[in-house]
Amino acid sequence: MFTQLPIIILLLPLLAFLIMIFFGKKLPRQGDWLATGMMSLTLLLSIILLITKVGSYSAETFSSSIGWVEVGSKTIGFGMMIDNLAAIMLVVVTLVSTLVHFFSMGYMKGDVRYSRYFAYLGLFSFSMLGIVITNNILLMYVFWELVGISSYLLIGHWYEKKSASNAANKAFIVNRVGDFGMFIGIMILFISFSTFTFEAIFESISAGQLPFGSEGWLTAAGILIFCGAVGKSAQFPLHVWLPDAMEGPTPVSALIHAATMVAAGVYLVARVFPMLTADALLVIAYIGAITALIAATIAITQFDIKKVLAYSTISQLGYMIMALGVGAYTAGFMHLVTHAAFKAGLFLGAGSVIFAMHASLHKLHDHDTDAQDVRNMGGLKSKMPFTYWTFLIFTLAISGIPLTSGFLSKDEILAGTLAFSTLNGHWLLPLIGFLVAGLTAFYMFRLLILTFHGKPADEKVIEGVTESPKVMTIPLMVLAALSLFFFYSFNPFGAASGWFYAAVERPLSMVPELLQPATYPVFYQAVSSVHTTAMILSILIAAAGVLMALAVYHWKKISADDLANRAGFLYKASVNKWYFDEMYNTAFLNGSHVVMRALRWFDENIIDGIVNGAAVVTKIFSRVSGWIDTNIVDGLVNGTASTTNKAGGLLSHIQTGKVQTYLVYVIFSFLVLFVLFL
Amino acid sequence: MELQIFGIGILTWIVFIPIVGMIIVLLLPDKNRNAIRWTAAIATGIQVILAGVIFAVFDRNKLGINDAESFQFMEKFSWITVEAVPWVGRIEINYFVGIDGLSVLMIILTSLIGFIGVISSWNIDKMVKGYFTLYLLLVTGMMGVFVSLDFFLFFIFWEVMLLPMYFLIGLWGGPRREYAAIKFFLYTFVGGILMLLTMLALYFSVAYTDPATGQSVHTFNILHMMNPANYVEGGLLSGVDTTWRYVAWMALFINFAIKIPLFPFHTWLPDAHVEAPTPISVILAGVLLKLGTYGLLRINFPIFPDGTIYFMYFMAALGMISIIYGAFCAMAQDDFKKLIAYSSISHMGIVVLGIAALNTQGMVGGVLQMFNHGIITAVLFLAVGVLYDRTHKRGLYDFGGIANQMPKYTGLAMIGMFAALGLPGLNGFVSELFSFLGAFEAYKWITIISVTGIIITAGYILWTVQRVFLGNTPEKLKDLKDLTPREIFMFVPLIVLIILLGIYPAPAIELMNSSLSQLVEFVTNGGL
Repeated sequence: MFTQLPIIILLLPLLAFLIMIFFGKKLPRQGDWLATGMMSLTLLLSIILLITKVGSYSAETFSSSIGWVEVGSKTIGFGMMIDNLAAIMLVVVTLVSTLVHFFSMGYMKGDVRYSRYFAYLGLFSFSMLGIVITNNILLMYVFWELVGISSYLLIGHWYEKKSASNAANKAFIVNRVGDFGMFIGIMILFISFSTFTFEAIFESISAGQLPFGSEGWLTAAGILIFCGAVGKSAQFPLHVWLPDAMEGPTPVSALIHAATMVAAGVYLVARVFPMLTADALLVIAYIGAITALIAATIAITQFDIKKVLAYSTISQLGYMIMALGVGAYTAGFMHLVTHAAFKAGLFLGAGSVIFAMHASLHKLHDHDTDAQDVRNMGGLKSKMPFTYWTFLIFTLAISGIPLTSGFLSKDEILAGTLAFSTLNGHWLLPLIGFLVAGLTAFYMFRLLILTFHGKPADEKVIEGVTESPKVMTIPLMVLAALSLFFFYSFNPFGAASGWFYAAVERPLSMVPELLQPATYPVFYQAVSSVHTTAMILSILIAAAGVLMALAVYHWKKISADDLANRAGFLYKASVNKWYFDEMYNTAFLNGSHVVMRALRWFDENIIDGIVNGAAVVTKIFSRVSGWIDTNIVDGLVNGTASTTNKAGGLLSHIQTGKVQTYLVYVIFSFLVLFVLFL
Repeated sequence: MELQIFGIGILTWIVFIPIVGMIIVLLLPDKNRNAIRWTAAIATGIQVILAGVIFAVFDRNKLGINDAESFQFMEKFSWITVEAVPWVGRIEINYFVGIDGLSVLMIILTSLIGFIGVISSWNIDKMVKGYFTLYLLLVTGMMGVFVSLDFFLFFIFWEVMLLPMYFLIGLWGGPRREYAAIKFFLYTFVGGILMLLTMLALYFSVAYTDPATGQSVHTFNILHMMNPANYVEGGLLSGVDTTWRYVAWMALFINFAIKIPLFPFHTWLPDAHVEAPTPISVILAGVLLKLGTYGLLRINFPIFPDGTIYFMYFMAALGMISIIYGAFCAMAQDDFKKLIAYSSISHMGIVVLGIAALNTQGMVGGVLQMFNHGIITAVLFLAVGVLYDRTHKRGLYDFGGIANQMPKYTGLAMIGMFAALGLPGLNGFVSELFSFLGAFEAYKWITIISVTGIIITAGYILWTVQRVFLGNTPEKLKDLKDLTPREIFMFVPLIVLIILLGIYPAPAIELMNSSLSQLVEFVTNGGL
């Protein structure tokens, strides 16, 4: 059950990819039913696996390996591991993927590369599932990169647009920067422990082995592996690729750039959690906090519906990373799961809106109005009721309003950061945490109001908007249902009493005792003592954010422009995304252009110059010697007989008769010539 | 192990079958172009079959390297023997061939690339007879180097490659072909002289006692040169860690570094590639460059373990520079072929870094990278050739939107591109992984700097993909036709290998694992 089933789950999407890439176009309806059907089957199997695993074998971990290759005397194996973490993640991935498949049947209808699109969705699902079930960090890296390439292919789906192919390149290359760190981390682990499997690595560490015998290198290895997560999960300072990735089709944004792939970084940190030292975790926590704050401050001023959601995704990922960093392991992972549902929903909802706007603009032959800009929307509520009501639920969830799933997980994260600060005094973390909670509620309600409420920006356009087809709205309803609390815990105010908390426990730290973070009982104690405070605070702050948004955008009591003016530079910085793109373009893009031009010049002029120069010198030398030969040497030939005789006598001293000595002469004279000529 | 066909060993067959083909080509009338092409295809095709046989029956456990007994398919005849030369003794040059885990993959690579090169030469119309004559001679030369165990024989095959290559670039090349051909010739020639001198020095320093006569015999036998006991008293290269031995190591190293090519001996390569016709670029990048690293492993490492250990940091550093420098230079090119030429420099730097680690992972990674790079770069040059045949252009900015126009071609070329980028699941990743793993164990910081190369590589590959394949198709490219069946036929075997070895590299690694472990042990123990 736990060996064959995961393999079937893994391989079904791969099979779908292969069928679609080779035969997709020839199948009826370009094979969308086949891809969707196979993905639904995968979902079904994953649900069966999850229920069996958590229901009957909750405490066990199923792990199996096969040999892959033998190098020297070291055998490298590949394998998989099914624990509760993996089983839950399998359902998350296959569920969102299946819903996105259905949604795409409506959204992508009539696309130029319809079957290709479904093929790549299959490739992505395969790679993502690979990350989830592997027991091996090398294999994880393999799937990690495959996920990267499928993301590249899907962002660049409309590659005729330069902006799309640019975004695809940016996503891949920025991720490579993170992967570079991860790769070094993996090398450190392999060189030290001769293995790639998580279990064996943890065992070696708990047995007291350290990479290169130093605690510093263990911390370094942890942070380097985390670099991979910084790339994939779009953490500061590598977050810049995710907003651009919105160039891809919107369902892709929902699947890859909101719910699953970007969560892979969080999953990675959860997987290697036992080997992270307290120092490494602190770095992780701060990176998460900085990311959450930066992204939230950008999200409040954006007008592109997908960009707002993109920055909100980055911000929420920052939350998850921060949670893991402070040791609120379960809360962080739970937020991954709840976020996957409501953020996929938000993106699909946005997709539904964009789809409808497009259709309406198309009918009016308007090709200039941006179908994604909320300033062109407004008043869509009555036109698209299903989309609106589900969007409202998702917005409530992400804002952390009670009775939603988002409240449960976010509340635990905030309590975790608060508890962490009572233990270690890092008060900045909870401060940022609560601030971001308020900002989130504000910008999400701002988005909701601008899109669905108020007066339409252009009556004609909004008049033509109609609700999306069922194949698109039903996935929204499924996700809306999953954004309610009872799927995760029957107590709407306490996640800790639900099945999720029982199933996912924080693993024991394997690092030497002095380097460990606060142990779970200590941490749990601290969380319990601040939990009520944190909950009340988070509800109040979220409510404040919502009220603020209503006051500015709905009741218009406060002028948004006035606020912007008062914020001055801060407002400008937020609109311009804190100038990260500009900084990176100057430093890295232009920098590497300068380096590459310089090296090319060096290659063509200096190195080749020396080579060609040597040739010219040789040519001149041969001319000169030719002249000497014909004019001087030949002229002297006749009068040299006697001289030769004498010289012969002299030179006979050199002739020792030993070949070795001759050889020395030969080599020596060659070297002299070599130096002279080159 | 021995394997004979009509009483002649399989290695002799695989080396000289192209010569048989060459003679037939010479006998055929000029006008009968198809017969000439088919002859070449059949000759190289037989090589592929023979390589398949070798792959099937090769004993994966035999060590080879320095032990004559465990080489496989060995053949040894005395070729030139001069009795009783004054103060030299008996001169002995043998036809001595055999393979071990180090050479077997190269044999397979050479036969495969040689065959595919013929297929891609099909549309060469200029002096067909002369072209295929030289081509087949070239293939024999390359194959000969990989099987030779006698230094003299090695040298002869090495020089045999030089002339056909010179003419193939110089006569069938692009506009600046003469400059490129002469540059190639001079570079390689200088290297050849260095090798010749070192070979002679070795010859006079090494003598073994003939068990039959008790006579001391100087020899070109590479395996005898590896044994410190065979060095004569007072020989130039006798002893350990002497200056002359370092000089000799360096002379050989420069020769091989020119072929690899390592920074700063690399500038012949971009010119040669740009001017060479497509199939010759394929051979050049696919096989010829590997002769450099092969030479290091077959000759420098085991004959001069002391020099190798002395210079290992130097080698690793040059490998690192080549990786980064090659990648940046590749990024700066606007010519598709030049870009791939520089990417070859970068990828061959990984081989050098891997083998310089002097541990099994690095060595396996390096040799596998030789094979993988041969396959990948062949795909890339074929891909450029396909576009060049259709448009007579190579500039990266001359293209765009090819993906819409030629979907099959784009699919195949993209796999090659992604393999070059080191995408897991394709073969380039596996060999890079092991090269870096090995290197990291030996040199932490050099390797960390080298690994940044994967970022730069991703940069230039994706940028190239964007400029050539993506975007809107310009009007002038609207009538491009997708691949012909012949072209698909030349891509498919390479693509299949790229994917197979990417997912399951064990069949390739098994071939060399024991030999390379032996090589590492032999070198790190100082040849004892």
